[in-house]
Amino acid sequence: MSLLEIENLSLSIGAVPVLSDVDLSVEQGEIVALVGESGSGKSMTALTVMQLLPHAARTSGRVLLDGTNLLEASEEHMCTLRGDDIGMVFQEPMTALNPLKTIGEQVAEGIRWHTRASRAEAEERTRRILDRVGLPEAKFPLSRYPHELSGGQRQRVVIAIACALKPRLLIADEPTTALDVVLQAQVLDLLRDLVAENRMGLLLISHDLAVVADMADRITILRNGQVMEDGEAAQVLSVRTHPYTRQLAQASTHVPEIRAAAAHNTLDSPQAPLLVVQNLTRDYPGRRLSLLRRGAPTRAVDDVSFSIAPGRSVALVGRSGCGKSTLARMILALDRPTAGEIRFRGETLTGRSEAELKPARRDMQVVFQDPYGSFDPRQKVVKLVTEPLHLLEKPPTGTERRDMAAAALAEVGLGSDALEKYPHEFSGGQRQRISIARAIITRPRLVVADEPVSALDVSIRAQILDLFADLNARLGIAYLFITHDLTVARAITDEVMVMEEGRIVERGLTHAVLDDPQSGAARELVSAAPDLKRALERRLREQG
Amino acid sequence: MTAYLAKRLAIAAITLALASVVVFAMLEIVPGDPARVMLGMNASETQVAQLRQQMGLDGGPVQRYLHWAGNLLSLDFGRSYTYSVPVIDLVTERLAVSLPLALIALALSTAIAIPVGLYAASRRGKTGDVISMGAAQLGVAVPNFWFALLLVYLFAVWLRWLPAGGFPGWGAGIWPALKALLLPALALALPQAAILARVTRSALVDVLSEDYIRTARAKGMPWRRVLWGHALRNALIPVVTIMGLQFAFLLAGTIIIENVFYLPGLGRLIFQAITQRDLIVVESVVMLLVATVIAVNLIVDLSYALVDPRLRSRA
Repeated sequence: MSLLEIENLSLSIGAVPVLSDVDLSVEQGEIVALVGESGSGKSMTALTVMQLLPHAARTSGRVLLDGTNLLEASEEHMCTLRGDDIGMVFQEPMTALNPLKTIGEQVAEGIRWHTRASRAEAEERTRRILDRVGLPEAKFPLSRYPHELSGGQRQRVVIAIACALKPRLLIADEPTTALDVVLQAQVLDLLRDLVAENRMGLLLISHDLAVVADMADRITILRNGQVMEDGEAAQVLSVRTHPYTRQLAQASTHVPEIRAAAAHNTLDSPQAPLLVVQNLTRDYPGRRLSLLRRGAPTRAVDDVSFSIAPGRSVALVGRSGCGKSTLARMILALDRPTAGEIRFRGETLTGRSEAELKPARRDMQVVFQDPYGSFDPRQKVVKLVTEPLHLLEKPPTGTERRDMAAAALAEVGLGSDALEKYPHEFSGGQRQRISIARAIITRPRLVVADEPVSALDVSIRAQILDLFADLNARLGIAYLFITHDLTVARAITDEVMVMEEGRIVERGLTHAVLDDPQSGAARELVSAAPDLKRALERRLREQG
Repeated sequence: MTAYLAKRLAIAAITLALASVVVFAMLEIVPGDPARVMLGMNASETQVAQLRQQMGLDGGPVQRYLHWAGNLLSLDFGRSYTYSVPVIDLVTERLAVSLPLALIALALSTAIAIPVGLYAASRRGKTGDVISMGAAQLGVAVPNFWFALLLVYLFAVWLRWLPAGGFPGWGAGIWPALKALLLPALALALPQAAILARVTRSALVDVLSEDYIRTARAKGMPWRRVLWGHALRNALIPVVTIMGLQFAFLLAGTIIIENVFYLPGLGRLIFQAITQRDLIVVESVVMLLVATVIAVNLIVDLSYALVDPRLRSRA
């Protein structure tokens, strides 16, 4: 008998069907991956096992844990199973912990509740498990609050909570999606080790085929609440019998065709540079220690110099907190540098007033990561897209604005019927197209894109990357792509700059840097980045 | 934490100073001669001149302000013209009624509102939620003097448990005095509790959809412990804010209730002082209320820091 056996599970929330006839099993000591795009029902499957579904949810079928049907278990019974026999790790470590309780309290709470251990005993066990997940007490005392820890450290606390009582089944729902690649590799290693140590079954939910290929023994691919394909992981992902599996695998390693054909093989450009950044530094004042004393300032960007030629696509990669976004904000003149100079089209931007910056802003636009948060939900698309037009010398009139908005939308593959709609009427991929339309409506010469595809599903991501490549080729827009995803850098950029602790430590042609990294930071990123092809080769080699 | 405390104290002191300027300026703006206004049309020039001198109305505005503010700092509020006693005595006498009344009302309203809010939030959308929030809606809509009359009818006229009005003074013993305050406090508390229950419910509903609530449930914590141990404390910040605002209202906004129950409280004092144009009393009581509101806000700010460790370390 399997540890977890899901049979014919169907789920609907209100009148909306979410899952239909899902079958899945997890053996002891086995890692099973549940893969699919957003809305496919992955997380709902996990919450069904935990019995933490919304009230309006109706289920049928069976979910057996060691032979007990969880769908029929009482809430009291589920309380004894959750946290003790089944642990769960969530996607977003920044919000998964109670901000008002110390990490010690939050780990010990479950231990005390399930084992009736004394306070001292529970604290001792808390110390041991936090030490095991890489948070030794000497550096991370139990009295720390979540806000005093980084995202990666918080995810370790969440894992400690889930694994404190050595559960028989661990469910990890996109446990590394919010982390940078280096942290991702560390957390995945930790999960793998914990599974091996305790002979846990792990149900790993992920959208990332490369991660899955590296971690999972078996894989189940879900689409619109239905199982498309399941089987041995390396087998399924390398043979790709099912068309949907093939589509997913191709999308996740997609390189836009225009780029594959074009030759961008030299670092030096004959043209005068579009953007020049010279000795740029940004300090943030230190934390106030007392009324009169402040801590030492933090240097977010440290003496950075580089230039971007017209029409070039440049990636800025690095771990979270390395200063990428601060640098981008200064280039966009949204933040003032402490020292150094930024020149755009030969003109100095630093120290200019908002009025003097107007022409530069027209030629320099931005696309943000989150297509959900970057629009005013109460404005129509026509208003949102035409927003940057006030930057033009002669602001266009009503009908001109409409025509320009329609043209910009056509440019990104949306019809003019989109003009009168509100943002919530569009999917994530369409919204990102709208934000790209907004960025290109003034015909800018540089677009700064901050993780523009990391919130999107792989197939949508492939389409958006195609769009970026197309606009670059047709309109000659230069890009500064901020990303932690090396696959994206490889797909869309000519050059790469690697950033570490506020400095640019390596720079070169994208394929050269990623194939043969020189600096420690670049090597770390490259080796930690999940790579579908590499992972599959390794798995197949191991299996002979 | 000390930096946070120092910053809040400094803000409170500056607010108080600015408020005193505004209150003083109001008195200056009152048309005509304040002394003439107070004494009425029939007063003689000598009487007016005497009062002017007594009120410190001679001299430039800056000088008079400094004199007045200096006196306030040494708790010298001047003499009431209509009562012919020092204002400070008048105010302390009335505070002995109003302060306990406000505190009891606040305690009652909190004791009613938080459990109701918790109950409604945890049964969101179900019958219990609809009924308790419907009752709260009624509590907000019905004026408190109507509650007061109902309570008097029920507990004083019918059951004869509590007095219908009047205040025997603290000299008569603690129990009789408390008994006299209980019904007015309840009448004050009910509408406040209704507002607070709604705030508690909506804050809890927000918190209950947070990720860390799911984490706590995934730990196996039963619903009740999740609600009390994780959700309530996170929902407290808006609740405490409303409680601070309510306390200021309870201290002085109780003129009608004090009239219904014949209580010699601050609300009645300020009402009488206004009708009798006793500007010295009005000015002093207003300053006292301003100081109370500022002090309560300071306490609310400090309690934020007590509740939320992020504020402690950030400030």
